[in-house]
Amino acid sequence: MTGSVEVRTAGDSALVVELGTELDPGLNARVIACAAGLRDERIRGVRDVISSYAAVTVCYDPLRTDLDALTEALTRHAVSADASVNAPPRVHEVPVCYGGANGPDLELVAGFAGCSADEVVRRHSETSYRVYLLGFVPGFAYLGRVGDRIAMPRRRTPRMRVPAGAVGIAGGQTGIYPYPTPGGWQLIGRTPLRVFDAARDEPFLFAPGDTVRFLPIDEATLLASLDEDEAGTAPGA
Amino acid sequence: MMALRVDKPGMLSTVQDLGRWGYQNLGVPVAGPMDRCSHRLANVLLGNPPEAATLEVTLIGPELTAERRTHLVVTGAEFDLFLDDATVPTGVPLNVPAGSRFRFGRRRRGARAYVAVPGGFDVPIWLGSRATHLPSGLGGLAGRALVAGDCLGSRETAAAAVPTVRRRGPVLALPEGGARIRVMLGPQEALCAPEGIETFRTTRYAVTDRSDRMGYRLSGPAVTLASSAEPLSDATPTGTVQIPGSGQPIVLMADGQTTGGYPKLATVISADLPVAGQLGPGDWMEFAVCDRAAALRALIAQEQALLA
Repeated sequence: MTGSVEVRTAGDSALVVELGTELDPGLNARVIACAAGLRDERIRGVRDVISSYAAVTVCYDPLRTDLDALTEALTRHAVSADASVNAPPRVHEVPVCYGGANGPDLELVAGFAGCSADEVVRRHSETSYRVYLLGFVPGFAYLGRVGDRIAMPRRRTPRMRVPAGAVGIAGGQTGIYPYPTPGGWQLIGRTPLRVFDAARDEPFLFAPGDTVRFLPIDEATLLASLDEDEAGTAPGA
Repeated sequence: MMALRVDKPGMLSTVQDLGRWGYQNLGVPVAGPMDRCSHRLANVLLGNPPEAATLEVTLIGPELTAERRTHLVVTGAEFDLFLDDATVPTGVPLNVPAGSRFRFGRRRRGARAYVAVPGGFDVPIWLGSRATHLPSGLGGLAGRALVAGDCLGSRETAAAAVPTVRRRGPVLALPEGGARIRVMLGPQEALCAPEGIETFRTTRYAVTDRSDRMGYRLSGPAVTLASSAEPLSDATPTGTVQIPGSGQPIVLMADGQTTGGYPKLATVISADLPVAGQLGPGDWMEFAVCDRAAALRALIAQEQALLA
């Protein structure tokens, strides 16, 4: 780690600091440590601290914030960010029924990879993924990194509706749709797990820095786990 | 307490408060009013606490029946307003007898009006806020815009007296067909070509009909990027001006996503976000680059006008 970082302004009420420019688990861990350290300081006027792949963004109230002090704190946490202070990652096992109506793009991904559908499933489910950030919609975790062979780019035309629990691939990323939404990722399977439920005490299953593993299940297990009103919502081929 | 029954919902009417801060790290957008200034003014005029929820009304306003006697005030966009058959003014607290009908008529200026009732509208708090986020269907009244037959409660206590606040003058200059919006360059202006930035500064853009509470898609000469490489996704605060590969700017508004991967050329200053929030499809938008000092001066002046 070098001793200097550049703090950039994003308008009059946000600052951004980039800790690097590459997609790297160690770098992302330092980003998460930086964001957590800054949050813990409870600096007056700070409204939100957001970690992403390689950057931390702080939203603040310009009428209540000592900008020099905030800039100093952000710089200090960015320079000294130490991933070893992060809590050990929580590990989530996500059961997935791959292929068929639940994973209508699995054969496409197999064609892209030049291997069998089973091989795509094996590759996708043998890897442990890191939650790099959440975004797109509430509770949507960007998981990485998908092996290069099956890292098929997203669809040219997004689907109008992807069901809750759909598991997709977009380049080196994989993710789980938290609720029905339009979506452009290649859908290879579906989980009965609700990664987001607004009515739960803990609405969000994932947080940045967590570890996710996919566990293949058969369709009977998926259907038995889905609510009745969800079972009929497979995206189709 | 039941306050208002919705006879006609209007084009897009949502319950909003100052927004859902603190959860962008989990992908939850802030939401809140498109014109924060007029939303706050409505609460100030009724003596409401700052966190009280108002109703944001878009382009075509609702028709409401008071189930019991209440007060209300409308701020923001100028509409013809009717209490039963009488014309009533914008920006003045109104006494609304039980059974009377309050109706929005023709829109004159601006895109979004705010209706406040004493104590604010009573919808459940989710993650610290009553704001509606339409794309995710979260917050507000069942996560959606009003429909006919809805009943909106107020948090008014029986003893609450409505102060007679008099307006001293406009807080926000409502746009007439378009607005020149001040931005600060950055955080990723280096990803745009110098001639692209020049295009951005000198173009009168059209707000397209693919514009909503998530963001405004603009149409005009393309802003050229320095390279075709997209940066890693990171946070996209409200007011961020993104330049996608097409070169047509997107201004992220209240319901915008928390993260994005398009180059972020500029950011609308806090004082001008409410003005931008009063624009709608068909209006024009120009950008004037300013520095932080000018942005802060504008925000302080707005705050003083609001609280004067």
